[in-house]
Amino acid sequence: MQTASTSLGTQVQVRGVTRRYGSVAALEDVSLTVGAGQVLAVVGPSGCGKSTLLELLAGLQEPDAGTVTVDAPGERRDHCAYMPQRDLLLPWRDAVGNAALALECQGVPRAGARDRARPLFERFGLAEFEQARPAELSGGMRQRVAFMRTLLPGRPVLLLDEPFGALDAITRGSMQRWLAGALDAEPRTVILVTHDVEEALLLSDRVAVLSPRPGRVVAELEVPMPRAERTVSDPSLLELRERAMEVLR
Amino acid sequence: MRRALLAVGLLAVFVGLWAWVASWDSVDDLTLASPGQTVDAFADDRSLLLDNAWVTLYEVLLGLAVSVVAGVAAALAMHLSRTLRDAAYPLLVASQAVPIVVLAPIFVLAFDYGIGPKLAIVALICFFPITVNVLDGLRSVDPEQLKLMRSFGASRLRTLRSVEIPSALPSFFSGLKVAATVSVIGAVFGEWAGADRGLGRLVLMDNNQLLTARAYAGIVLLTLMAVALFALAGLAERLACPWNRPPRERTA
Repeated sequence: MQTASTSLGTQVQVRGVTRRYGSVAALEDVSLTVGAGQVLAVVGPSGCGKSTLLELLAGLQEPDAGTVTVDAPGERRDHCAYMPQRDLLLPWRDAVGNAALALECQGVPRAGARDRARPLFERFGLAEFEQARPAELSGGMRQRVAFMRTLLPGRPVLLLDEPFGALDAITRGSMQRWLAGALDAEPRTVILVTHDVEEALLLSDRVAVLSPRPGRVVAELEVPMPRAERTVSDPSLLELRERAMEVLR
Repeated sequence: MRRALLAVGLLAVFVGLWAWVASWDSVDDLTLASPGQTVDAFADDRSLLLDNAWVTLYEVLLGLAVSVVAGVAAALAMHLSRTLRDAAYPLLVASQAVPIVVLAPIFVLAFDYGIGPKLAIVALICFFPITVNVLDGLRSVDPEQLKLMRSFGASRLRTLRSVEIPSALPSFFSGLKVAATVSVIGAVFGEWAGADRGLGRLVLMDNNQLLTARAYAGIVLLTLMAVALFALAGLAERLACPWNRPPRERTA
């Protein structure tokens, strides 16, 4: 991941956060700490407030109680790169233009932003698709363009909302391996929301399990082995999976 | 291609029926001119018809231009200011309830005999479809997309330029197509209320003087004008919004 910042990332802290929509509590007294350069996976049943948690971190919402802090000066929104579940590529822009969008939003002129986006295409396996419009790309390719868009501003904290949820199983597997490699090559602080326990165990250093609504942290599991050596059939990973499923049940 | 052939076929059936009815002995030439007589009238008075057609086309195009500028500006203003939208939208809808036909002579009184009242009427009836469609287009952007732009730290203007305006373009062209077809009607009303030139006025006079065939030729020209404007708006849409077409077959 070639980007402006090559720092290890930044520590993120969530303390006693509660978020309500009217009388419905989406999150209740959630506390989590993610160390610099760590990957935290958040799993839980649908409707447990996972996406709300990410939006709170991204500065798109404010908690009703508790605090969210990103250990860096200024507003937390400026340090977090948020990637929603859908790629949300703009159909009228080509792939380079879409990848460059976040940079442009920060005031980089269009031509300069495109010049910075172009070199990434080779590494993301999208060489020769620079001029393609989103409609001409497959789901996996679109998701990689969305990834480039997220990474280009070089923000130290990545907030990923089910980044592979919309992909078919084969594409998902290869994208997971790709992300694992990318994070080993250039660590970032990542909060990865997913409903797929396996994905969480393959990619993260720690898994936080949320309860059904209102979301509370009911378990935190450390994943001790190095990311590169993990496989789905690894016995200790299977054991962790069992434990996570137990809590989810 | 198939659709074009079917449309031409239906048109031929219509012209055939028209010719057949016109050929009845009980039907007077003055009441119903035949297709052949209409074509003859066009050939005989070509320069008169075309001269007047240019006048009407000029009124239509100018009126359309005014309504595009005003309609887009109004839609943008209402999109950016909720207060303005809440205040102006009901009035905008109410303005469509005013019968244009009775407004025409009032406009002639207000703006005098020249091109002014024609412009005002064309612009008034074209303004509504353009404003409403552009406003709908601007407002129908996926909320998730707007959220994403906020997370990028995008300014209001940046979001408008990069997301909302491009995604409203197809709606703008839908509005323009509707406006293009009704604009000719507006110009004709304007001319009926008082004019010394124009195809609408010529048709009205020919009707009064029982020059039925030439009146028909004028009506055919007016229709062609509206159809051509509609087709032009459609062409402009395809050129301006290439992403809005079904994607090309992938050769992979």
